[in-house]
Amino acid sequence: MSEVIVVTSGKGGVGKTTTSANVGTGLAMMGKKVILIDTDIGLRNLDVVMGLENRIVYNLVDVVEGNCRLKQALIKDKRYSNLYLLPSAQTRDKTAVNPEQMKKLVEYLREDYDYILLDCPAGIERGFQNAIAGADRALVVTTPEVSAIRDADRIVGLLESSGIVKIDLILNRIRMDMVKRGDMMSLDDVMDILAVHIIGAVPDDENIVISTNQGEPLVGMDSMAGQAYSNICRRIAGEQIPLMNLDTGYGIWAKLTHLLKRA
Amino acid sequence: MYLFEMFRKKTSGTIAKDRLKLLLVSDRANCSPEMMEMIKNDIINVISKYMEIDAEGVEIQILETDSETTNGKIPALYANIPILDMKNKGI
Repeated sequence: MSEVIVVTSGKGGVGKTTTSANVGTGLAMMGKKVILIDTDIGLRNLDVVMGLENRIVYNLVDVVEGNCRLKQALIKDKRYSNLYLLPSAQTRDKTAVNPEQMKKLVEYLREDYDYILLDCPAGIERGFQNAIAGADRALVVTTPEVSAIRDADRIVGLLESSGIVKIDLILNRIRMDMVKRGDMMSLDDVMDILAVHIIGAVPDDENIVISTNQGEPLVGMDSMAGQAYSNICRRIAGEQIPLMNLDTGYGIWAKLTHLLKRA
Repeated sequence: MYLFEMFRKKTSGTIAKDRLKLLLVSDRANCSPEMMEMIKNDIINVISKYMEIDAEGVEIQILETDSETTNGKIPALYANIPILDMKNKGI
């Protein structure tokens, strides 16, 4: 059974593209056949995060307009042969595609892939409507900030009213040191405020910047964010895994016990 | 540590959570600021028929309250209307 998942947030800059890249790669690592579709027409970025920017020939708009066959536009990932990217167009805008066309494309892809991941642009206009058109479920990405959570709440409402009932939240960029001193909302605070199932929490990890610099998603690697993303992928596939304890590596006590363990 | 925090000011995380809660209640109620302003003006007009109130000081807000029938929270319209003179206007 294939599943179409849209990664969305409302607010920009919270980590939709990074999440799409890591979740897509993570699911591919689990042996699933995955296609990532960048629906951010005019501002394509998923190719860069995946490190595939030099291989683009055709794009999403070419496929929809019939300038090429679908197979010609797909880019195979560098590391996983069961992972593909359909890049977005850089020189067009959101109106180049409509929701009906997206629905058709996604239906066509269902036959060949286990997971179809759609990286949604920021905002709630045409680009958002295109991205959610054919989706079965949604991953809503947010950060522990008032503006991002407010937008996430609105997005959840819009998703529900368009008939998408399977909605999960990813809380991105948590800083446990700030949560501890009370200067950042915690996972519990967010759960308390939003009535959405939380599928994962990703700590603010400088390795994300490094991995984006290199164009290689860090899912599965030995870092806090890498582990968090692989847990999210396993939960998406239906495994029951408790939310991980992000509270390591910070504070004197954690550092001391870590030192003692190593000694 | 908790003792310590009792004397401290509200942390910014708590401020964020409180602001967000209020914000979401009014967002979810789907009430635009224009509509709130119209409701406020109507309330002022109605009450002014019966008593003298401080129109400048009237505040209305959508907040959450415990529902009396179900167990959940429901949105409620709160109005704070300062009365200047209680004597009835000759009705």
